Amino acid sequence: MKKLKSLEITPEKIYLSRRKFLAGVGAVAAGLIISSGCESVNKVLEEDSPPPKSPLTGASKDELGNRLTSFKNITTYNNFYEFTTEKEVAGVARDFKTRPWTVRVSGQVRKEKTFAIEDILARFKTEERIYRMRSVEGWSMVIPWLGFPLAKLLSEVEPTSKAKYVKFISLRDPERMPGQKNLSFDWPYAEGLRLDEALNELTILSTGLYGKQLRPQNGAPLRLVIPWKYGFKSIKSIVEIELVEKRPVSFWMKSTPNEYGFFANVNPDVSHPRWSQTTERRIGEFERRPTHLFNGYEEEVSQMYKNLDLRLNF
Amino acid sequence: MGLKKLDKLKVITHLAALAPLVYLFVNAFQNQLGADPIREIMRRTGRDALVLLVITLAVGPVRNIFGLARVGRLRRTIGLYTFLYVSVHFLTFAGLDFRFNFNLIKEGVLEKPFALVGFSAFLLLIPLAITSTNRWVRRLGKNWKRLHRVIYLVAALDILHFLWQAKAKALWREPLMYGALIVFLILLRLPAVKKRVSKIGSLGTGPNED
Repeated sequence: MKKLKSLEITPEKIYLSRRKFLAGVGAVAAGLIISSGCESVNKVLEEDSPPPKSPLTGASKDELGNRLTSFKNITTYNNFYEFTTEKEVAGVARDFKTRPWTVRVSGQVRKEKTFAIEDILARFKTEERIYRMRSVEGWSMVIPWLGFPLAKLLSEVEPTSKAKYVKFISLRDPERMPGQKNLSFDWPYAEGLRLDEALNELTILSTGLYGKQLRPQNGAPLRLVIPWKYGFKSIKSIVEIELVEKRPVSFWMKSTPNEYGFFANVNPDVSHPRWSQTTERRIGEFERRPTHLFNGYEEEVSQMYKNLDLRLNF
Repeated sequence: MGLKKLDKLKVITHLAALAPLVYLFVNAFQNQLGADPIREIMRRTGRDALVLLVITLAVGPVRNIFGLARVGRLRRTIGLYTFLYVSVHFLTFAGLDFRFNFNLIKEGVLEKPFALVGFSAFLLLIPLAITSTNRWVRRLGKNWKRLHRVIYLVAALDILHFLWQAKAKALWREPLMYGALIVFLILLRLPAVKKRVSKIGSLGTGPNED
């Protein structure tokens, strides 16, 4: 009762201003709707401005006519928990040294090898691959990668008949990668592919983008790119590749097994407890787009999964 | 004199509560919300709403402990600002992100437990905002207080919403911090605790103005 008393003595003036305030809530709501309209205008304006082009090939679109995401957005917005759980990785990763760097390829192979990164850059001819990148978080980009097929590297080590899967491991060095000081994750980052996925023509090891060397935040000096799978499968800053008999357990499978499966193929029909997988927001755009099965690479990859229930094997 | 002081406090409260929203609009129009502006709006308004909710819950204990009746009158204002930020948060999701596309919103809200929890908190806040006027306080009498206890449920749902949207347990520190703060503020309201701390407060500030 005592408390009610203090409310009752509110002067009339303030009582009236409160009503105005409530009306203000409505006004802001309307404002938001109007601003969403403004953003559509922005989008049109943006499309009038010169579209980003690859300095290497002059390309500005992928094979489906999607505009490239700007270099700025690609290099300032991404996940790389080795450095930070925020999206602003670039600043934290700026001084990350990527030399010396070696990549060991071992396991079920005839010729185990340790490549210096310089050898890799010299030995494998890179080409530009414009790929759509769909994050499991519901956003996407179109990125002109520079890379070479993983199959080329694997053929050098001659996998044996026992090699069924390929396991990838990122650098583990908490001094250089401060995000690894967070011990609630099981470092190092690990990923895996079935051998046929690894050998697929679309699967590349990337060393650059937009005709330039990879920046630390994007996984320098060497990362995987698998365009039909959610972005987290494309492991960054690789130091080890191992050919194995048994299916590897990835970083995210270990962290949250009910949400992340081994395959992680882009699939609008398999929902995720957090993010919409039926639609996506292309970075640089405001309107959502429908998400396509295998991120639009159905033709190239669907035969690998023809006997697989994609719902169970998510 | 007394009224003047009260107004000053109110003005400061209004300005402080509106500042994050104004800053957000300024950033939005200068295109400074980063590569994914909608995500940034969601993050900021979500956090602002939670901070305001915590402050709303802190008003009572602060008033009681320090015997500041004037502060008590700010609770409704801050509570309504909480509702404002939650509304902007929800409208950004429904309007800006999903363009009021009912099927997508339905999928977004009903299939994602974290979103469902957040949406429930928003719905529960609506009757509280509506019944915040003096007329409703009088009309509901004792029931007003009962109804407004729903705010604790809203706070719990809000923390759950924050925890659940996190991709990994490693990101739970912030929501757990807010959760602990809310539990602490609720503890201060328990009659046994309240009696003790009120005594401490009244020693320093003299008789309670309330």
